[in-house]
Amino acid sequence: MKAMIRGNESIAYAFKLARVQVVPAYPITPSTLVPEKISEFIANGEMNAEFIPVESEHSAISAAIGASAKGVRVGTATASQGLALMHEVLFIASGMRLPIVMGIGNRALSAPINIWCDHQDMMSARDTGWMQFYAESNQEGLDLGIMAFKIAEDPRVLLPAMVGLDAFVLTHTVEPVEMPEQKDVDDFLGEFKPNYVILDPKKPATLGAFAFPEHYMEFKYGQWIAMQQAKKVIDEVFEEFENRFGRRYRKVSGEFMEDAEIAIVTMGSMTGTAREFVRKLREKGEKVGLVKITTFRPFPKEELISVLKDVKVVAVMERNISHGFGGAVYAELGSAFVNQPSRPKILDFIVGLGGRDITFKTFEEVYGVAKKAIENDVDEVNWVDVNKEAVLKAEGLL
Amino acid sequence: MEVITRGGVITEPGNSVENKTGSWRVFKPVINYEKCIRCLICWRYCPEPSILKIDDEETKMNTPAPKEAMKRLPVVKIDYDYCKGCGICYNECPVHAIDFVREER
Amino acid sequence: MNYENQEFFAPGHGMCAGCAAPIVVKWVLKLAGPNTIVVNATGCLEVATTPYPRTAWRVPWIHVAFENAAAVASGVEAAARAKGEKLNIIAFGGDGGTADIGFQALSGMVERGHNVLYVLYDNEAYMNTGIQRSSATPWGAWTTTSKVGRANPIGELRPKKPIARIIAAHNASYVATANPAIFNDFKKKVEKALQTEGAKFLHVLSSCTTGWRHDPSKTVEIMRLATDTGIFPLYEIENGDIENMRITYKPKEFKPVEEYLKMQGRFRHLLKNPEYVKKLQEDVNAWWEKYGHHYKK
Repeated sequence: MKAMIRGNESIAYAFKLARVQVVPAYPITPSTLVPEKISEFIANGEMNAEFIPVESEHSAISAAIGASAKGVRVGTATASQGLALMHEVLFIASGMRLPIVMGIGNRALSAPINIWCDHQDMMSARDTGWMQFYAESNQEGLDLGIMAFKIAEDPRVLLPAMVGLDAFVLTHTVEPVEMPEQKDVDDFLGEFKPNYVILDPKKPATLGAFAFPEHYMEFKYGQWIAMQQAKKVIDEVFEEFENRFGRRYRKVSGEFMEDAEIAIVTMGSMTGTAREFVRKLREKGEKVGLVKITTFRPFPKEELISVLKDVKVVAVMERNISHGFGGAVYAELGSAFVNQPSRPKILDFIVGLGGRDITFKTFEEVYGVAKKAIENDVDEVNWVDVNKEAVLKAEGLL
Repeated sequence: MEVITRGGVITEPGNSVENKTGSWRVFKPVINYEKCIRCLICWRYCPEPSILKIDDEETKMNTPAPKEAMKRLPVVKIDYDYCKGCGICYNECPVHAIDFVREER
Repeated sequence: MNYENQEFFAPGHGMCAGCAAPIVVKWVLKLAGPNTIVVNATGCLEVATTPYPRTAWRVPWIHVAFENAAAVASGVEAAARAKGEKLNIIAFGGDGGTADIGFQALSGMVERGHNVLYVLYDNEAYMNTGIQRSSATPWGAWTTTSKVGRANPIGELRPKKPIARIIAAHNASYVATANPAIFNDFKKKVEKALQTEGAKFLHVLSSCTTGWRHDPSKTVEIMRLATDTGIFPLYEIENGDIENMRITYKPKEFKPVEEYLKMQGRFRHLLKNPEYVKKLQEDVNAWWEKYGHHYKK
């Protein structure tokens, strides 16, 4: 069945189809529609869940932990400052190995305050021990939302997961989406049963104990192992999903990569524009390909090496910045290649921060630098579509 | 329980009993049953808890009491494995039936 | 079913000798029984009772962080409701985790009316980090961040935050102050809170031998003096009806506050100046003048 829904609704429908039992959430632009929609589902009797209208995102994730520890399926949603406010608790959710799923409306961080799209919020949470998926479309948001539960709850994994949808570009944009049947999702996910120790008076357990140096590191190593395991489980779940629903997902997807000399690496909604751009260049005979990263945690190192190892230049386009070094994807992709016998030249392009449009003009500039880099030295970190002159003046350098 | 559990959960409720906190003790409460009126105030306030309330007939009858009629009441007994020697029982005892003496080891 | 003869809080924990918090906890659990889930804010109680791989808890227990026990409890309660389970959900937090950093989460939990009993064990400072002042520290108390010196001979300069009345103002179904040293009143209030539906808040005084600076054996005696001098009054407020607050206990004769002060090192400096003792006595007298008529036998 086709439905016309906004990106936020894809998360809400994923929760409904997954029969999520508790949703603690706090409104924040651009993800507010998720709790609104859940509230509507419950009010209409279409969803049997407890909605907790908490007083902050910090409490949203804290209540999510409480509910998950009690042994129910839990989903929540937030964005930007909300995710930042949750930060310390994100580590606790993963440290306690609770398979919570969270939708993120990927939005810029203050200051200055800005409600539009970039990936700074989720990228700043990449060390929290959560799995991370980035959707290109509302269909992907819905599908990844459903799959995230299966991956997170797998007894080999037991880690929380976040699914990012670009602010406004996806969260508020209506797209046609193939809506899975409830029965099929039920079959796919199975009835929820916690594969972990829960709060149960019949079997009293202590959750969230204090660990001394003699044990702490083992718990962290356990999370490390779980992330490694997740790589395999994600592949299995993607495959099972494809067999049942016919839509194909990969942690990393390469397109037009055969004989490509230059590869453009993207995440999220900019991939659609990138695909058109690459297709046009291919028509003109340019040897260019596109690589989309869907899973950022666990980092798909092997897949990226495999798809990019033979190109001359990799142009990483990313909507985040770690001031003082460069973008997170660039940093990690560079490290992935560091011990490879041969590697492409890897360039970083900081684009689309705070909702700045990523257009063909952006890609043309990126491609121009990448092409030049085949023969020449170029800057490693490039800011695109920025009024550099005005900034340098403001900083007293011009 | 294995050495390491997933997520650091502890699945043996109350296994703190393996920590014998009696080793902390500097002073030691000693119940003088000839004086103890079995009011249970020490049992009520013991923070460990290391004062046990014993309710079996044999102990009740065989433990001395200031009055024969009191032998119907439960007896208190200090579990020195855990008593840290805070002295609350000694301080709160309404009939001064608990002595507080230096621990000898 | 009566579980008073069972212990759900096991010995072998690492709380200081003479700490009052375990007395509070063991009795709340005895009165609640085994069908209970405990949520614990970060603090002495959490740290000293669960050093992995040992736990003092014989009921299900969860700790997440410092400021969010009330939010975690909200989640546990919602999940229990989703599963159709009827349980006692009890949160324990110290004064810092409750009246300061955890205040927002607590406000939310109570306002939303979650069926949770939140127990504040109030030792009147951040004791787990080493005696720093909190909003629950009383006027005149020495702490390591309200130090006493030539320029400040008093120590803490602000009065204690009336957290119970603030929480009551959220329309909590049941709020009470309690003191384990006034045992029957304490017990009655725990029982009443457990029997009431909705968000309940018990503000329980809990001496800290280290922070209050007294001999461990004096814990209960000092706490009894807190109420018998009128410094820590015992009252209850139902359904947010603050006007009809009920003082549940009144000593036959009030003892002078000096008796309470002189037993604790944290107040020792006040005794050097009769003006300070007088000021505190006047504060207590003023409270009872204002609210004393709320006492009902």
